[in-house]
Amino acid sequence: MTSMTSPGAKENFALAAETAAVSRGYWTTVWTRLVRDPVSVGCALVLLLMVLIAVFAPWLAPYDPSQGTMLKRLSPIGTEGHWLGTDELGRDMLSRLMHGGQMSLLMGLMPVFIAFLVGTSLGLIAGFFGGWINSLIMRTTDVFFAFPAVLLAIAISGALGAGFVNAIISLTLVFIPPIARVAESVTTSVRNLDFVEAARASGAGNFTIIRVHVLGNVLGPVFIYATSLVSVCMILAAGLSFLGLGVRPPVPEWGLMLNTLRQSIYIQPWISVLPGLMIFITSLCFNLLSDGLRSAMDIKR
Amino acid sequence: MFVFIIRRFLYAIPIALAVAAVCFSLVHLAPGDPLTAIIPADAPAEVVIAIQQAYGMDRPLIVQFGSWIQRALQGDLGVSVATGRPVMGDIALALSNTLLLAFAAALLGFFGGILLGGLAAIYNGTWIDKLATALAITGVSIPHYWLGLLLVIIFSVQLDWLPSMGAGPGGSSDWRLDWAHLRHLVLPAVTMCFIPMGIVTRTVRATVSEILNSEFVTALYARGLRGRRIALHVAKNAAPTVLSVMGLQFGYLLGGSILVETVFSWPGTGYLLNTAIFQRDIPLLQGIILVLAMFFVGLNLLVDVLQTLMDPRIKRG
Amino acid sequence: MSALLRVQDLKKYFPVGKDLLGRPTQVVQAVDGVSFSVEKGRTLGIVGESGCGKSTTARLLMHLIEPDEGRISIRGKEFGRIGGRHPVAELRRQMQMVFQDSYASLNPRLTIEDSIAFGPQIHGVSEREARQQARDLLDKVGLNPNIFIRRYPHELSGGQRQRVNIARALAIKPEIVILDEAVSALDKSVQAQVLNLLADLKKEFGLTYLFISHDLNVVQYISDDVMVMYLGQVVESGPVEQLYQNPSHPYTRALLSSVPSQTPHQRKQHKVLEGDPPNPIAPPSGCRFHPRCELARPICAARQPDNVRVSGAHQAACFALPDSSGYSEYIQLQEVCA
Repeated sequence: MTSMTSPGAKENFALAAETAAVSRGYWTTVWTRLVRDPVSVGCALVLLLMVLIAVFAPWLAPYDPSQGTMLKRLSPIGTEGHWLGTDELGRDMLSRLMHGGQMSLLMGLMPVFIAFLVGTSLGLIAGFFGGWINSLIMRTTDVFFAFPAVLLAIAISGALGAGFVNAIISLTLVFIPPIARVAESVTTSVRNLDFVEAARASGAGNFTIIRVHVLGNVLGPVFIYATSLVSVCMILAAGLSFLGLGVRPPVPEWGLMLNTLRQSIYIQPWISVLPGLMIFITSLCFNLLSDGLRSAMDIKR
Repeated sequence: MFVFIIRRFLYAIPIALAVAAVCFSLVHLAPGDPLTAIIPADAPAEVVIAIQQAYGMDRPLIVQFGSWIQRALQGDLGVSVATGRPVMGDIALALSNTLLLAFAAALLGFFGGILLGGLAAIYNGTWIDKLATALAITGVSIPHYWLGLLLVIIFSVQLDWLPSMGAGPGGSSDWRLDWAHLRHLVLPAVTMCFIPMGIVTRTVRATVSEILNSEFVTALYARGLRGRRIALHVAKNAAPTVLSVMGLQFGYLLGGSILVETVFSWPGTGYLLNTAIFQRDIPLLQGIILVLAMFFVGLNLLVDVLQTLMDPRIKRG
Repeated sequence: MSALLRVQDLKKYFPVGKDLLGRPTQVVQAVDGVSFSVEKGRTLGIVGESGCGKSTTARLLMHLIEPDEGRISIRGKEFGRIGGRHPVAELRRQMQMVFQDSYASLNPRLTIEDSIAFGPQIHGVSEREARQQARDLLDKVGLNPNIFIRRYPHELSGGQRQRVNIARALAIKPEIVILDEAVSALDKSVQAQVLNLLADLKKEFGLTYLFISHDLNVVQYISDDVMVMYLGQVVESGPVEQLYQNPSHPYTRALLSSVPSQTPHQRKQHKVLEGDPPNPIAPPSGCRFHPRCELARPICAARQPDNVRVSGAHQAACFALPDSSGYSEYIQLQEVCA
């Protein structure tokens, strides 16, 4: 204690006695809370495993995913040498599911990631500056909100034509408006807090205020929201491929595999279920993880 | 409040126009000439120009947009490039089928969602709550086209109980209220009800448990009110939120049915849209998207107005 | 002695409501012609009911809200965004502000050190130096830097956070500090500690305070001069002893009589201030206090009273004051007619 006579000395003392001198930042606290939640940890592990398998599929997969023999087409699950059977062209299902993760995960994550960057920037600008800039940006997003997400994705994809890049573009466009809207409302509420006023009163310019005081408080809530969109994006992306608007054959992708195997449900029904099951598990894990993150970040002051 | 409603109506007009502009510009997103589908690759230049003139595609874009809007307002959405028939007739028929499916799915989903969500809120923390929460998260995580396939495999392929394709026996696309037609409706409607059910369950659970924990409900109990009387108060307070979520979900059902309609070959707008995309039939594509988007704009408007009327706290000036 | 801070005819009207085309339908006259001056080293207390424009005045002074009209000058230098005036950035180096909500005015994602060191860095102080300053200032506001420097706002009590906010305001080395309800949210015992700290800091750094509060006892304790505001206007101002002993405006009298006296036998029958302050969207005509005033006469609704000197620097705006010609003239006129 530097000055035991100063009026705050007692408060200092009580606080020093009650907590150790180590103080934890916000994100450290969130992390500790997250790793204590078994569901979140479980989902994170499953997703990590999926990503690892997808990345290392060329070395892990027992067969070439694009080579098959018509002799062995549509072998049932449990066939020797082909644990998960073969598809309509006799290609090994296990290998194709492992490789398929590459495209499916990429198409689920990339649009949300790009939309997160673009949408957050737009929302930040709209929310921070307000006025006509806000009107311009937010009224434009209103127009995109007038379309149901699925319809918009399919319409843009349909107009652009099938293909990986076009699918990514259309999905990104679908997710920018909702993210921008969330970022805008969070920014507006942060902008009106006293510490932003205080920062402005200390003479800081707009850019510095955004960088130091606004961004850190906006990113968290917008990030949670974006994670909840990953699951939707996975389903939509696979859905585009399922309609033939995503990646083109023979690239292995879960949605596309579901589409081609659909013709064989009368011969080998359970094989056609497998790619969808993968989409379901991934999307479920992303949803649960997002929920876990949300409650971990919900720290009362 | 009145001013708010009028302003909301006026605001819907520029939105609707902008939506139409987006639909119109979809054509120009597309690579290549929208007429490639009907112009032979080796056609001489003067033939190409003649066809372009016939479809009015030689005029400036803004003029094309203006006349497109004008005709659309009169119910004329152009002629299908693939079939040569007016687009409007096909869309109207498809829309009636889609609406039927969406209503059926909404009925199932909303009823199930309110029931599950209400039970989960009342029995907060018990196994009923956990089951409802699990069902809700499954509902929003499941790829519904895959669920449809799964149901087809179980109920059509394995058990042979229900038909898997079309809206009626023998590929009929006219709806009639009889057992044969109802059988066709079961699987697609059940498939599609899962998403709204999950979302309505979540909303009802959150809203109702918040209301049940609020002080005014405690006060009602303290005044000696029980069971049904309390339920009435809770329902009145939860209604605005739940209704607006349901309204939006109904809109998503209309727009989101394309995948499910494809799985079940249901002759609705989604199925028609799919056809339009693969035949690169731009007038049909534009028309379907315009009609569905306008439905959605109207629905949003309706939800906002209803919510304003129902919730005395919203006095947006 | 010449004034350090001089404010002349400050005005701010806020548009409210929207018609069909989104145009504002009405205006709130939040601050309507406020003038005052503060001498160096003194504390000006600003009191009034909530909604009277106290806080808006503070924000206008800092240019956090752009004033519609008025002049703000420090040492004769006029500041503002209008051409020819000195830039707002310079104003903000000489004047700082402490807000009411101690939690909302600290960025929850920054440590105490970062929050205090932020301001000086904006003004070109090196990071190292700013951090050293932050440690020194924490010590000055009675918080042990070794314990608090790396903490986050949510780990501190309300009183501790307000000390941090004071340190943050002082970090820029201002001459004038605006304290906008800075102790209002604190417990009484903590309030007293912070008030003492403010008095100590004022002496040490030679500060000038604008102390905004609705708490008349606190204002009496800390202020040298007091200014009473009602619906965006100043109704009475003067040195603290004179104003508290001889409140001259009926509004000030009503306000002061609503404060419970510290000594029970001195409590008198209260003149209770009835009703809420009128809506600032449609302020009453003439003297804005007349609908609630027991001395109101027809002239009060017809004209706005001018400032009348009570004694020395003590002045009030009321027709009923002894040497206020309008009121007595009017009474006489009525008597003549009758």
